[in-house]
Amino acid sequence: MSWISKCMKFFCIFILSFTLAVAVNPGERASAFTDQVIQKGSTGLDVVELQARLQYIGYYRGPIDGVFGWNTYWALRKFQKKFGLKVDGLAGLETRQKLVSVTKYDEQWVREQIRKGREFTYYGGTPKRIQTEHPNPSNNQGAGRPQANQGGQGGQAGNNRAPGQVQNGQLVREAENVPEGFSQSDIELMTHMVFAEAKGEPYIGKVAVAAVILNRVNSPKFPNTVSGVIYEPQAFTSVAQGTLWAGQPGKESKKAVLDALNGTDPSGGALYYFNPAKATSDWIWSRPQIKKIGKHIFTN
Amino acid sequence: MTRTVTIIVLAIALVATGYWGYQEHQEKNAVLLQAENNYQQAFHNLVYHVDQLQDKIGTTLAMSSKQTLSPALAQVWRLSTAAHGEVGKLPLTLMPFNDTEEFLSNIGEFSYRVSTRNLSNKPLTENEYQTLESLYKRSSEIEHQLRRVQAIIMKNDLRWMDVKMALASGEEPMDNSVIDGLRTVDKKVQGYDGINWGPEVTEMARNREGKFRNLKGEKISKQEAKQIAKRFIGINQDVEVKVRSSGKNSGYAVYSVSMKRPETDSTIQMDITKIGGHPLWMIQDRQTGKAKISLHKAEMIATKFLKNHGKANMTIAQSAQYDDTGSFTFVKKQDGVRIYPESIRLKVSLDKGRVVGYDATDFVAFNREREIKKPQLSQKQALKSLNENVDVKIVRKAVVTNDLGKEVLCYEVLGTIKNDTYRIFVNANTGSEEKVKKLQNPRPIYRSA
Repeated sequence: MSWISKCMKFFCIFILSFTLAVAVNPGERASAFTDQVIQKGSTGLDVVELQARLQYIGYYRGPIDGVFGWNTYWALRKFQKKFGLKVDGLAGLETRQKLVSVTKYDEQWVREQIRKGREFTYYGGTPKRIQTEHPNPSNNQGAGRPQANQGGQGGQAGNNRAPGQVQNGQLVREAENVPEGFSQSDIELMTHMVFAEAKGEPYIGKVAVAAVILNRVNSPKFPNTVSGVIYEPQAFTSVAQGTLWAGQPGKESKKAVLDALNGTDPSGGALYYFNPAKATSDWIWSRPQIKKIGKHIFTN
Repeated sequence: MTRTVTIIVLAIALVATGYWGYQEHQEKNAVLLQAENNYQQAFHNLVYHVDQLQDKIGTTLAMSSKQTLSPALAQVWRLSTAAHGEVGKLPLTLMPFNDTEEFLSNIGEFSYRVSTRNLSNKPLTENEYQTLESLYKRSSEIEHQLRRVQAIIMKNDLRWMDVKMALASGEEPMDNSVIDGLRTVDKKVQGYDGINWGPEVTEMARNREGKFRNLKGEKISKQEAKQIAKRFIGINQDVEVKVRSSGKNSGYAVYSVSMKRPETDSTIQMDITKIGGHPLWMIQDRQTGKAKISLHKAEMIATKFLKNHGKANMTIAQSAQYDDTGSFTFVKKQDGVRIYPESIRLKVSLDKGRVVGYDATDFVAFNREREIKKPQLSQKQALKSLNENVDVKIVRKAVVTNDLGKEVLCYEVLGTIKNDTYRIFVNANTGSEEKVKKLQNPRPIYRSA
């Protein structure tokens, strides 16, 4: 096959998929956005649409993950500036209307990609098939590049992917806000810890236990990482007895951890806590006590 | 015949059980040995690092040239971090070995500060030299003590598992020389309060411990705390309010108030400082339903809440949605300058738009009148020193607490390099970069499909 026929083939697919997309969604709903103002830190389907629409006209190059992070913020500001809107990084009514009027959005297709956990992009003028196969934005820009992709895809797709891509394909692409300086796994670990240590305690007691972990991380007297503090030998009963990973923590434990990570400390800066009914060590009783929350006494 | 068969079957069962039991026993021993070896490794590493640490501090004492001093102090920093890490792996949490950990951490802090300083401009002061000398002396005492414990362990073939058991059970055998030896180490460290760690380390410790030492105002009573709490939350009816005072020697003097909001049956907890009666934080424990209002609307509710509580001069610094609640950080704004140390965080539920969390700990701790002087550098001059790869997007003035615990007037720069966003604080008087932070992008959720 000569390159001309390849080009022709690609061109046909291009046109076809374009007309198909238009035919399937005749009047892509102009007002898909809900009537809410979207701002930095927002999450959800409105953000997905915002990101997709910004990507459609090339302003946004990050993943369409439904979390309004910094990259979305800068993309939105750039859009506002170019279109003579007020540059405030808020997707208000005017901005949303302008965005809807200059872009297209195939809601069904985008949501399907997210549901299936695919990596995808949503650049205008590029066939959708290509956007799921090669999510790397740099490959999809300009008219010339997709041709290069096309060659690799004919008939033997799947086989010639880089190992890294296969690995990515197995991961569900979702995202969420995480307090600065902490990772997903820190939160997970702390959530299990709080669940195991403060089962049956009032909500505030759970926040306090999470806060103690963070107070230890910040104290020179203890290890400097969340995992270091939690797995310190003999530091916590649930770790020593192996119940840390038993059971499935509820929503409340995670909420308590997020509250603590965001800075709330009901324990009053405590480094230790103990259950007076169970504590055997004289030493722990000798610590200056700050307060009692639920069954736990929190001490310095 | 049956009897013989029974006997044979039983005999086989007995042998099988015995074999199984033996296997289990072997496995248990293997696991115990593994744990024991980990402890041994951590301990011997600790001793080794402290030994090296002491050597290195000694070396720095003999150095005169700045070119060699910085790397040597960096070594001290590295070794103290390594030693600190090993302590965290030993089963000593129930035993007060914390002062040793703190000592190691402070050595690290001190040597880091000095080693990263430009020693040609600011050479070691007399005080710092003395600090180094006393660190040398003290670390060699610790080293000797640790070596002694090590010798006992090796000579008598003592096991850390036994130490752990002894500590966990609370009943200490009279002759646990390991525990005694380590206690002595910690005692020696406790006597080190006299070390002059320099202003930086001391300032950090002070910020950590005595947050509320600058509070002004009258001391309030329990009854007054009740009134303040009710007014803060906006409850006029008669509700049951519980007030508890915090422990006397804890250095955290507050009244903890808890009450039930009558119409929603949710519990509200808050802490109010005894001096001045400032609400520190409030948490309302209620189930939140599905999000109905936008983050933006929630922010307006939060702003109004602050206004109603006499904090109108606050500006939004950060907003984020976590599941069905919105979290907002506000900072004080004075003459158009953001005062980052004075921050308040609010949580608003996105179902009914109620304020369910309030945290003004930092605001209360650092709230004071500031005189903001005109910066010596113009924005243009200050940004000249910026890394040229940074694509500057937003510049504004801000007061921040720098690494040394001092408040400085800065130009706050938000900029990007490729796909990452950075927050850079450039000192508005000296032009040096006080803080550079790469801001977090949304974190993808990793889970296997």
